[in-house]
Amino acid sequence: MSIILQVKDLVTKFYTLDGVVNAVNGVSFELNEGETLAIVGESGSGKSVTMMSLLGLIPMPPGKIESGSASFNSEEGLCDLLQLSPEEMRDIRGGQIGFVFQDPISTLNPILTIGEQISETLIRHKGLSKEQAREQTIKLLSQVGIPDPELRYKAYPFQFSGGMRQRVVIAIAIACTPKIIIADEPTTALDVTVQAQIIELFKELRDALGVAVIWITHDLGVVAGIAERVLVMYGGRPVEIAQVMDIYKDPKHPYTLGLLRALPSLEAKESKRLKSIKGTPPDLLIPFKHCPFASRCDYAFDRCWEEIPPLISVGEQHQAACFFDLEEGGPRHD
Amino acid sequence: MADKDTKSHQTIDSLLDTEKTFKDRLAYFGRFLWRDRGGVIGLTVFLIVVFAAVFAPLITNQSPFDQNLRSSKLPPAWKEEGTWEHPFGTDSLGKDVFSRVIYGTRVSLMVGLFGVLIASILGLLIGAIAGYAGGRLDAAIMGGVNLILSLPYLLFVVFIATVLGRSLLNVILIFGITDAPIFARVTRGEVLRIRESGYVESAISAGARWPTIIFDHIIPNLLGPLITLATFEMSAMIFYEAGLGFLGLSVPPNEYPTWGNMLAAGRKYMTSYPWMASFPGLAIMFTSLGMNLLGDWLRDVLDPRMRRSRK
Amino acid sequence: MGRYFLSKLIQSLVLLFGVLFLVFMMVRVTGDPAALMLSRNASPEQLEALREEMGFNDPALVQFKHYITGAILGDFGNSLHFKTPALPLVLERLPATVQLASVGMLMAIIIGIPIGLVGGFTPGSVVDSIGRFLALIGQSVPNFWLGLMMILFLGVRLGWFPTFGRDSWNSVVMPAFVLGLPVMGQLVRLTRSAVLEIRGEDFIRTAHSKGLEPRTIYLKHVLRNVAIPLVSVIGVQFGYMLGGSIYIEAIFAWPGMGGLLAQSIGWRDFPLIQAIAVFTSLIVLLLNLLTDLAYSIIDPRIRYGR
Repeated sequence: MSIILQVKDLVTKFYTLDGVVNAVNGVSFELNEGETLAIVGESGSGKSVTMMSLLGLIPMPPGKIESGSASFNSEEGLCDLLQLSPEEMRDIRGGQIGFVFQDPISTLNPILTIGEQISETLIRHKGLSKEQAREQTIKLLSQVGIPDPELRYKAYPFQFSGGMRQRVVIAIAIACTPKIIIADEPTTALDVTVQAQIIELFKELRDALGVAVIWITHDLGVVAGIAERVLVMYGGRPVEIAQVMDIYKDPKHPYTLGLLRALPSLEAKESKRLKSIKGTPPDLLIPFKHCPFASRCDYAFDRCWEEIPPLISVGEQHQAACFFDLEEGGPRHD
Repeated sequence: MADKDTKSHQTIDSLLDTEKTFKDRLAYFGRFLWRDRGGVIGLTVFLIVVFAAVFAPLITNQSPFDQNLRSSKLPPAWKEEGTWEHPFGTDSLGKDVFSRVIYGTRVSLMVGLFGVLIASILGLLIGAIAGYAGGRLDAAIMGGVNLILSLPYLLFVVFIATVLGRSLLNVILIFGITDAPIFARVTRGEVLRIRESGYVESAISAGARWPTIIFDHIIPNLLGPLITLATFEMSAMIFYEAGLGFLGLSVPPNEYPTWGNMLAAGRKYMTSYPWMASFPGLAIMFTSLGMNLLGDWLRDVLDPRMRRSRK
Repeated sequence: MGRYFLSKLIQSLVLLFGVLFLVFMMVRVTGDPAALMLSRNASPEQLEALREEMGFNDPALVQFKHYITGAILGDFGNSLHFKTPALPLVLERLPATVQLASVGMLMAIIIGIPIGLVGGFTPGSVVDSIGRFLALIGQSVPNFWLGLMMILFLGVRLGWFPTFGRDSWNSVVMPAFVLGLPVMGQLVRLTRSAVLEIRGEDFIRTAHSKGLEPRTIYLKHVLRNVAIPLVSVIGVQFGYMLGGSIYIEAIFAWPGMGGLLAQSIGWRDFPLIQAIAVFTSLIVLLLNLLTDLAYSIIDPRIRYGR
């Protein structure tokens, strides 16, 4: 297994009228070829901004990438995504890295046919003629499970249901057989049954194309079915990284534990009350001098209010950023 | 929501923070003024106009009606033959232009205030009934509203004014009635939006009674868009009143001094005595500019969610 | 598409009937329409003669029937001032008004839209500030006053343009500019805000995520969406310009319908005023219909009945 994307110490800030928003505060992770990594966190945890930063999709200004590196094993060899020129970045976006966004209603241009919207990617990256792109688009439409692709080529987004639109967005993402697909909450806006279909489609395509997937979500429940590893983010920082089973069986960070407790479980014998995490997400306008989760944490002790816990190894392929040892029930000794 | 609350608390805290120096607070206030400078200018202009209307006799001791043919057609004070007795000069009958401009605010403001008052009350009623009733009644009412709104507005105002004849009351009634459809349309849109948004439903299911719902939920949500609209419409009415006056269809000139009448009378002397029409024109522009700035600012402040034109 | 257009057509016909009814009612609402049309010192005999001539002594329903059938056939009665049929007098003045409104709209489009586009793509830039100032001025300057000022400075003092009439090729410049200025300001504002709004839409982010060239994104994805609200505003505003040129035509002695209206108000020539009001409304309704048609061509959501 080789690493296809390695992100180190990414810091992104937004300079707004209200002050500096510390959206991403030092995120590091790696992604292996063909692997699915889930990034989990509540809204404002910096998970989307992290991905947008990597591909130059955040508006600048007010956004600014302060530091970090992201080496991507592209078709042309190893490169740092954050150092690319805008032209080089455009070649990678849509060509080698595909995107699926959250709301399929607003992510498609309402006044262009879906055929046009898929084939323009092909024309841009593969240099196909209009006619070739059309044929390829029709193939893609049937590949993502849209019936009557030739008829549907000329349809407009508003003539599609939500699930169908998301299939179109997926077709755009896979059009140029990318190495990575970034899916930003791709099922959040959909009905539960449609959600399951889209997840199924993702798995099929991933296995067929051997593409790596970064699956951004706030819902730990969906993660088990699709991801191999999970990165949990809080306040613009990674707080835990582990294999998916370890996250469920052996969470090492109180925030991950809180997320798990908030999930409804089928196995529970009696109807246990779901526990929500108390308090509100941190104010990103104030730079942290202590653990960002401390004010909401049941286990916080004095050290948590004095310094920011670093991400440390807590097991095999398992890292967490917490001073408290959940197993021992006391402060971690290092 | 909680997020927003904490943020505004921080703002207030930072203002009340005793450790902050006077200079800091001054800088903060300065930033507010600069960021919302359009609104500050607009509000200032509006207050100046209101002040001029209320305290006209204190601002000028000249009567707006006194004719004096011996001192007619005097230029403004800064010209060679001008005197500070008549800062903006005099008109063809020797009436003081400055005092007529100052007293002219009264008619403009009256038309604007009462016109908007009538239009908003009528519009609120019609729009609320349409939005609340829905169905056929709504379709019929909105059909009528769209009928009136799709007509060439100016043409019909002129037509009606010609029929009814010149008087202040007629002008106010014409604007109040013809402008009601705009208020009706906005009110209906907001009522529908509020109904769909679900918080009224949740208030009902939580056992709130109707008065509570109307006063706590519906009116506060309606108020923002309506106040913004009222500002713009008031500006438009002041503008149109002057236009009617210019055509000789507004208040009779012997009753009140108005900017439109001054323009109409000064037009003949435009090339030789330009101040007679210039100053009332500048007054209209000044007022209109201020009210539009105020309206823009109110829209941003009272209605922060960007209104989408489509959908 | 067909059904959508048909319903619009029916709506317009109903509207036109509404206009006719409104005009009929307004003339009679004060009681004696003959008194309205003659000067205050007219003798009872003169009043009675006019009542007889105009048919005001007939029952209201008979009058209304006459009026409606007349209007459908284009007969609005004789002008009291010219003693000839009113409608031909109006039609005679139509080309001048259409020319004025067209040149005014053209100026507004050519100047307003580019400034709005630049403003939307570079908010806060110098061009944007100029555009926003222009929009504010266009909204706030009374056009009757601006007309007078332009005559004084550009016409009389500098002698660049004729101050009245329609005799020279450049006669149209000043009145058209004054008529077009508010629309120009509106187009600047609307274009700017539409560009800003569309640029922030999710589908533009999608377009960027596809790696498209910025030029493609602006031309294909942004501009086509911006055009939709512009088309409808241009159509509606053109109608307003046709019906709203009263002051400007009066000031510049432009021989169009607006000038005729201003004159007929002075003459209390109600048959002529009626003819102008109904005819202008008809043109405005037709324009709205055309706008809807153009709208449905660019916006597929309307073409396919949403």
